[in-house]
Amino acid sequence: MEDLKPAPFNLQERAIFRRLLGIMIPSDPEMALPCANDPLILEDCMTSLGRDAPAIRIIVSELGRSGFLDLPDDQAEERAMAMLSENRAKVQVLSRVVAAAYYRDDRVMLAYGREPRPPFPKGHTLVQGDWTLLDVVKQRNPFWRHDHEA
Amino acid sequence: MSRHEMVDVLIIGAGASGAAVAWSLTDTRMRILCLEQGDWVKSSDLPANGRDWEARRYTDFDIHPNRRARPADYPINEDNSVMKVANFNGVGGGTILWTAHFPRMHPSDFRVRSLDGVADDWPISYWDLEPYFEQNDRFIGVSGLPGDPGVPPRHPPMPPLPLGRTGTLYAKTMNRLGWHWWPSDSAIASTEYDGRAKCINLGHCTPGCAQGAKASADITYWPAALRAGVELRTQCRVREITLNAQGMANGAIYFDADGKEHFQPAEMVILACNGIGTPRLLLNSASARFPRGLANSSDLVGRNLMLHPWPQIRGHVEEELDGDRGPMNVIWSKEFYETDRARGFVRGYTMQFGRTTGLVNEAITSAAAGILPWGRDHHKTYRGLVNRRLIIGIACEDLPEEHNRVTLDPELKDSHGIPAPRIDYTISENTARMMEHGIARATEVLEAAGARNIYTSRTLLNSPGHLLGTCRMGNDPERSVVNAWGRSHDVRNLFIVDGSIWVTSGGVNPTSTIQALALYIADQMKRRLANLFDDD
Repeated sequence: MEDLKPAPFNLQERAIFRRLLGIMIPSDPEMALPCANDPLILEDCMTSLGRDAPAIRIIVSELGRSGFLDLPDDQAEERAMAMLSENRAKVQVLSRVVAAAYYRDDRVMLAYGREPRPPFPKGHTLVQGDWTLLDVVKQRNPFWRHDHEA
Repeated sequence: MSRHEMVDVLIIGAGASGAAVAWSLTDTRMRILCLEQGDWVKSSDLPANGRDWEARRYTDFDIHPNRRARPADYPINEDNSVMKVANFNGVGGGTILWTAHFPRMHPSDFRVRSLDGVADDWPISYWDLEPYFEQNDRFIGVSGLPGDPGVPPRHPPMPPLPLGRTGTLYAKTMNRLGWHWWPSDSAIASTEYDGRAKCINLGHCTPGCAQGAKASADITYWPAALRAGVELRTQCRVREITLNAQGMANGAIYFDADGKEHFQPAEMVILACNGIGTPRLLLNSASARFPRGLANSSDLVGRNLMLHPWPQIRGHVEEELDGDRGPMNVIWSKEFYETDRARGFVRGYTMQFGRTTGLVNEAITSAAAGILPWGRDHHKTYRGLVNRRLIIGIACEDLPEEHNRVTLDPELKDSHGIPAPRIDYTISENTARMMEHGIARATEVLEAAGARNIYTSRTLLNSPGHLLGTCRMGNDPERSVVNAWGRSHDVRNLFIVDGSIWVTSGGVNPTSTIQALALYIADQMKRRLANLFDDD
């Protein structure tokens, strides 16, 4: 099914969303991980909002009404974190959108040891594991209940 | 309204049961037509082909139809239910969006009244179905290991899926606790099977298998049924089953993809629309003869809905495990399946031990659980979670209660204006106690495995939702909708083969038993062809 095409975010909405993403997932120098408002990730987020666009727009509007863009960094962070700790249903939608775009970014996947590709057609390798662990279970007598037992 | 040529058998629904019954009835050389409201799903359209595969589990491949909202989906009013519905509308039905866990119900599940004094016995036994379980396992291809002391003998035709790192940790832990475990039966090809390629570990199997290793009905029964001459008409949504002057079913009215109405005449009608769709259609087929809904003289159409409460208990360990690099299915435990009244409830549950999903899903679910923070500590915490999750599902037996039911919503309608279903569902006291027992045992397992961050989702959106019990089978027409071989007590050329005819739910995933039951009913029909519509 084609997702409904939402109206594009205006410049202010986009700026609020960008600042929010930067607070939600900052960069990580230790693993060379980008920030979630990295241009590529932000663009992926914006283009994949789909049916979630109205919910995200509500969050962005609420932040906008609180003067989010004009706050100094520490207060903006405080405001965003407060919002993220409230509004659970809306935050879950936001989390889904942000995580989906962030954790499929090439740089992020590579940092976590994953090839940046879809699962098909290459798939993955799964080791057999230790089947000798089953030996002790094989020693058990059948214990399923017969249907004539009281 | 267009009128089509008469067929001998009209099957409604092309999912797990509709596909199996269509294939089986081809022996009869009857003219068989199946109407399906959805369409074929091309393997190239499945999420595993794209980088957005995890995100699509929350959009067009979500197991929850209200969220998925494809054109083939109909809305369901779930406002008065603590659990949500899982389904898929298309060729293959729910087997498209399915983990392919393939346990069978146990012998005791068919005798709960006799053994434990609750609910009702089924009119058939495990042993009546046993040959059909075996036939189904061979036909679709099941991977597993014979010799499990926790279940009756069975003979999976392929070796089990690998334990992997995750399964090895579970197995060590269960051995330490002295509790039963066994590799899960899975309808996933662990070797090449009947022209299908083997599993290459694409990850979570639920949103479809692009490799074709998962035995969904569209690539197992349907190709064989079509080769044998069955006609499958897709994007055809049935509005109503119609009756002749003698009160026998004589066909169905449906809408095609363009919204045009058609009448399809038939000598007999078989419903395979699942535990929500079948009662919905019967209730929408009310008439002067059946004012409460077709085949509903018992007033049991829609009642006794069972949704299989399925808490999930999760935790994270220090060592890196398989993550999403393999099918969800790993091992099961039948340690607590059979009744032990000392536990404070009757009946029991299967513990199902899973691998997890990918990077995206780890972030989403852990954030939702409050384990993964946003902000400065996000990365540090995430590094300790990814590929380290254990997850145990508690597959609780759900007993039938008449107030748990499907009715027609007075206002909600689908895209064709057909009244949509409403479900009313609560979890019984017995099941609630069973859930808490299972959660406590699973927590013990996770603690013994060294897990931290242990948390429980008692009911969650992306969890079954199996759809059972709303047109139950039985010998007494006042206490059941269909007889012991799936024929309506009220309308003698109307049959039901899906999960709605279940009397109780067992504590297992239902697809294996749904398909065995459909094959059993098809065989019963074939044995009675000369007098199929006679009185019992």
